[in-house]
Amino acid sequence: MDLAFTKEDIAFRDEVRDFVAKNLPKDIADKVAGGKHLERDDYMRWQQALGRQGWLVYTWPKKHGGPGWTITQRYIFENTCAEMNAPSIIPFGSKMVGPVIYTFGNDEQKQRFLPDIRESSVWWCQGYSEPGSGSDLASLRTKAVREGDHYIVNGSKTWNTMGHWADWIFCLVRTNPEAKQQEGISFLLIDMKTPGITVKPIIMADGGHEVNEVFFDNVRVPAENLVGKEGEGWTYAKFLLANERLGIAAIPQSKRGVEGLKQMAKSERDGAGKTLIDDASFREKIADLEIQVTALEYTELRALSAMAAGGAPGPEVSFLKIRGSEIQQRITELAVEAVGYYAMPYQPALLWHGANEEPIGPDYAHLAAPRYFNVRKTSIYGGSNEIQKNVISKMVLGL
Amino acid sequence: MDLALSAEDRAFADEVRAFARANLSPATIAKTRSGRHYDRDDHLAWQRALGKRGWHVYTWPKKYGGPGWSVTQRFLFENVLAEEGAPRILPFGPKMVGPVIYTFGNEEQKRRFLPDIVTSNILWCQGYSEPGSGSDLASLRTRAVRDGDHYVVNGQKTWTSAAHWADWIFCLVRTDTDAKPQEGISFLLIDMKSPGITVKPIIMLDGAHHVNDVFFDNVRVPAVNLIGKEGEGWTYAKFLLANERLGIAEVAASKRGVQGLRDIARAELADDGGKLIDDMGFREKIADLDLQLSALEMSELRALSTMQLGGAPGPEVSILKIRGSEIQQRIAELACEAVGNYAMPYQPELLFRDSNESPIGPAHAVPAAARYLNMRKTSIYGGTNEIQKNVISKMVLGL
Amino acid sequence: MDLSYSDEQKQIKEGVERFVREQYAFDTRRKIAGSEKGWLPENWAKFAELGWLGMSFSEADGGFGGGAIETMIAMEAFGSGLVLEPYLPTVVMGGGLLAAGGSAAQKEALLAPMIAGEKQFAVAYVEKQARFNLADVAVVAKKDGAGYAISGHKGVVYNAASADTIFVTARTSGGQRDEKGITVFAVDAKSAGITRRDYPTQDALRASELTFDNVKVGADSVVGKVDDGHALFEGVIDRSIVALCAEAVGCMDAINKATLEYIKTRKQFGVPIGKFQVLQHRMVDCFTNAQEARSMTLMAALKIDDADATVRKKAASGAKVQIGKSGKFCGQSAVQMHGGMGVTDELSVSHYFKRLTMIETLFGNQQHHLSRYANLSVAA
Ligand SMILES: Cc1cc2nc3c(=O)[nH]c(=O)nc-3n(C[C@H](O)[C@H](O)[C@H](O)COP(=O)(O)OP(=O)(O)OC[C@H]3O[C@@H](n4cnc5c(N)ncnc54)[C@H](O)[C@@H]3O)c2cc1C
Ligand SMILES: Cc1cc2nc3c(=O)[nH]c(=O)nc-3n(C[C@H](O)[C@H](O)[C@H](O)COP(=O)(O)OP(=O)(O)OC[C@H]3O[C@@H](n4cnc5c(N)ncnc54)[C@H](O)[C@@H]3O)c2cc1C
Repeated sequence: MDLAFTKEDIAFRDEVRDFVAKNLPKDIADKVAGGKHLERDDYMRWQQALGRQGWLVYTWPKKHGGPGWTITQRYIFENTCAEMNAPSIIPFGSKMVGPVIYTFGNDEQKQRFLPDIRESSVWWCQGYSEPGSGSDLASLRTKAVREGDHYIVNGSKTWNTMGHWADWIFCLVRTNPEAKQQEGISFLLIDMKTPGITVKPIIMADGGHEVNEVFFDNVRVPAENLVGKEGEGWTYAKFLLANERLGIAAIPQSKRGVEGLKQMAKSERDGAGKTLIDDASFREKIADLEIQVTALEYTELRALSAMAAGGAPGPEVSFLKIRGSEIQQRITELAVEAVGYYAMPYQPALLWHGANEEPIGPDYAHLAAPRYFNVRKTSIYGGSNEIQKNVISKMVLGL
Repeated sequence: MDLALSAEDRAFADEVRAFARANLSPATIAKTRSGRHYDRDDHLAWQRALGKRGWHVYTWPKKYGGPGWSVTQRFLFENVLAEEGAPRILPFGPKMVGPVIYTFGNEEQKRRFLPDIVTSNILWCQGYSEPGSGSDLASLRTRAVRDGDHYVVNGQKTWTSAAHWADWIFCLVRTDTDAKPQEGISFLLIDMKSPGITVKPIIMLDGAHHVNDVFFDNVRVPAVNLIGKEGEGWTYAKFLLANERLGIAEVAASKRGVQGLRDIARAELADDGGKLIDDMGFREKIADLDLQLSALEMSELRALSTMQLGGAPGPEVSILKIRGSEIQQRIAELACEAVGNYAMPYQPELLFRDSNESPIGPAHAVPAAARYLNMRKTSIYGGTNEIQKNVISKMVLGL
Repeated sequence: MDLSYSDEQKQIKEGVERFVREQYAFDTRRKIAGSEKGWLPENWAKFAELGWLGMSFSEADGGFGGGAIETMIAMEAFGSGLVLEPYLPTVVMGGGLLAAGGSAAQKEALLAPMIAGEKQFAVAYVEKQARFNLADVAVVAKKDGAGYAISGHKGVVYNAASADTIFVTARTSGGQRDEKGITVFAVDAKSAGITRRDYPTQDALRASELTFDNVKVGADSVVGKVDDGHALFEGVIDRSIVALCAEAVGCMDAINKATLEYIKTRKQFGVPIGKFQVLQHRMVDCFTNAQEARSMTLMAALKIDDADATVRKKAASGAKVQIGKSGKFCGQSAVQMHGGMGVTDELSVSHYFKRLTMIETLFGNQQHHLSRYANLSVAA
């Protein structure tokens, strides 16, 4: 048992550092460091740089064009990128639909879709949830009816993250309304430019636009865009979920978040002539959070190490999602607490449009409350925390 | 709306205080202050003194021998007694079976049983729970079969508090095995000296003996001891529960508990050699507790005020039980934290018997851990907190 | 980076787990707790024979070259069975002091027989006024000829009644709370001038109050350097914290297992109570807490020998905070989910709960370590 990195690992870390230093545009790194809103183009510039290096799909095996890294290398890569303020990689292509395509798609689909994902030349989004089907996803009702060599899709998807930026959407659709719920579902790839698709923004509590409703009105989708077999979509969706579970804890980002809090606490006054970091009780709140992050990190490392030894991560890693989301929320909660009154002014122009407007309080303060409101989402999306607990209760504890 | 006390109220409080000072034995007060266990005599001596004064059944109407006090007077009475270090009045007679008898019993039963409750001449205990029937009380199986002018009782009750001290027990028994679970239950008063009754101690995790198993082996109970109608026991039990709910919050005792905690924190030293009460972290924990207690007290006062005006307290008073128990537990937890290393020594002689043994650490440390462990019961008995939440969810929120 | 056990470590794990399974049934444990010493000499002999007393010491010190991971493995198994044998005070604390600061002569005279199972230790450091501050030492050791005379009071000394040697922190110079001026002494437990008051602790272990009245010791009884004992002592306590955390992890796994079993079998309202979602989610929270505790303990075991003292201190305090939090959560939840049965002496749950409660206090509670961690990590 050993925590130390090998010589090769250290060389690898240096290589990643060097790459990020050379390829991450400064304006993007600054935005990430300041917790600011990123535009489509910001993500694209960074992801395409990674793509050119072959690193965007860093979890993929070599066979499909990934780097075939060890678990330790992935860990180093994620942490180094986060430390150097690289944006998080948008998962829909590289972590979600990509692995589904290379695992269940046919060769024609692999040739057609994988290169664009590796290079980040198309933007994907995920069309699972519907207004009536959130936690109970299997009840989804968006219909796809076969007509010649097309499917005709009707219905609506909701909560599509960044659907307004997307070129393609992968959807769960109902192809057989007669079969048992889970069995009538298929996995379909749809070009967002297809006639009949309308995207409507949903404005979040912080005033931001990151999710959408997507309406399908007689949308004609070529049947060759069906992944795998008709009626087996639920299996692929579950596979995707298992793939997604690791990493959703956002630990490297939370480590950065804790550092950010410390910085904030060093510049905020405590009302007694000192800085907030001198206030024992605030300091202890940060300490407590940092301990939580460490516990989560070592839990992830234990899971990764079990995987490296050939084991599969069990459903127990669901709790990484639970605790990871709670930690993300706690970071933003403490930031609001740290900035005091200057959590109050609302500056949408500065927040969303990078306007040149002067911040009313300290530079970081205008973000605090919007982020706190926004990050409540983390315990809801990707399977709400209650649902994760149901999963653990059933699959791990046998209850 | 007015929180202030009238001159009459203040005079009343003084009267209660003078009474307590004149009638509480110093040994009993010392046990209260230090959190040690009372024995039967501590309870009896105090309750009989109250009984002489007509105050043992302080919640009863005049008609049955109670003082007929206003809600404010009851509140003052409870608070003053708690402040003066009086033991809690054992509720089984005056708060539980008494009101059932005067509400549902016949004249003969009232004449026979009420005076001894008024004077605390005899001690009662409550025989509801059974090994297989805790939260699901209606599933109880102790049988009472009519045999001439007797019932023959067979079965087992468990968790019976004070059964080893009690003269009488009131029991829920099954008189009809064919009826629906709730409908076959009857309410029976049983003399603990009846042949066929065996009481076996259950030792609690801190070593205390409060609760017992009570076995009934062909116990013959005169049919005249049946309260109300056969098969209606569940209704009386529910009435009793509603009666019990108020007051179970133990607000007055918790106020004294917080005071005691402050005293401990004044006597204990922090890591830096200063007083623990000057340690910010600890002080804030007490402050937090104090605020929770104030909220609870105001909620109780709101409920009392509704009752004063003739309204009935709704099922929402279940929150008083939930929060009240949590606060009692938190007080004990903080006391345990306050005494530091000296929570560790276990001195049963000092806890349970009037021994001359000297305490190993400070005297206030002796019961700290034992109380903390013991108080875990408060979220279990009287209907577990989970069950209380089910009740609120159903009855108040309509879920 | 590699977080898997070596083959030797797997063997040790199997061995201690087998011992607990075969020798530490709950009823047996109750009998052992009530026995004269409160632990069984036969068991101790077995520990020695199987090499568990020496496995964490270097070969140069007469051990088998293991370290914190081996200690962790043993303590976790001991925690799962609430083992009463004084491994922590003797091997981890006393042995740890000798390994880290003992002279060659002390190692030969004390550590070697300890590893052979012939000597037991206790460590006297708690003082009534000091709370959890290891530097608050009022017991004094005055120069007395070539040696010292120790006077003062030490509290809650685990295993003092069984110990052959008692390690004592005493002030040889400086003010009462100065780090400088503390010296660690190895004192023969039978020395004239030591008065003992023995008692059981809440969790069925044995401890004592010790009064030292002019107890004379030689200069050769100093462990480490005169006046510089604090760093040595603090380091050993940090290592002991990791061992204690591992014990807690074992306790948590056991109490969670018992609770899970209980809610699957106890029926109310016609169904196992484990069908109620509140209990399911609470059980999941228990599971999560135990996993986090395990992760932090592993982290601490891997970092405890770091050359940088700050890394070591943060690791120990971070783990202790987690163990306090998780232990309390699992303990309280287990009791609650057992209903009335949870607050009786009869089932094992309440005994695990008691041990977890005392573990939270031992070597400094959550608050103490959170504050220590905050000062090291956040303020720095
Ligand atoms: C910001 C954001 C981005 C999202 N992005 C996407 C996306 O890109 N693509 C996509 O397909 N979806 C996306 N989602 C949707 C997300 O997956 C759903 O919100 C989630 O599955 C919950 O569904 P719901 O909102 O309908 O809540 P509901 O299912 O209605 O749940 C409401 C509450 O009930 C609880 N609940 C429900 N069932 C149970 C149960 N059995 N036991 C206990 N509690 C239960 C839930 O935990 C929750 O607290 C996004 C959501 C958000 C907020
Ligand atoms: C110290 C003490 C004194 C007592 N004194 C008396 C007395 O004098 N007389 C008397 O008759 N009884 C007495 N009791 C018994 C007490 O009323 C019961 O312990 C209580 O009703 C719980 O029952 P149980 O212990 O069987 O737990 P169970 O009912 O087995 O409950 C176990 C766990 O399951 C949970 N649970 C059960 N059902 C549900 C549900 N539907 N939804 C969610 N969670 C659920 C509970 O909340 C608990 O966490 C006493 C108990 C104690 C501990």
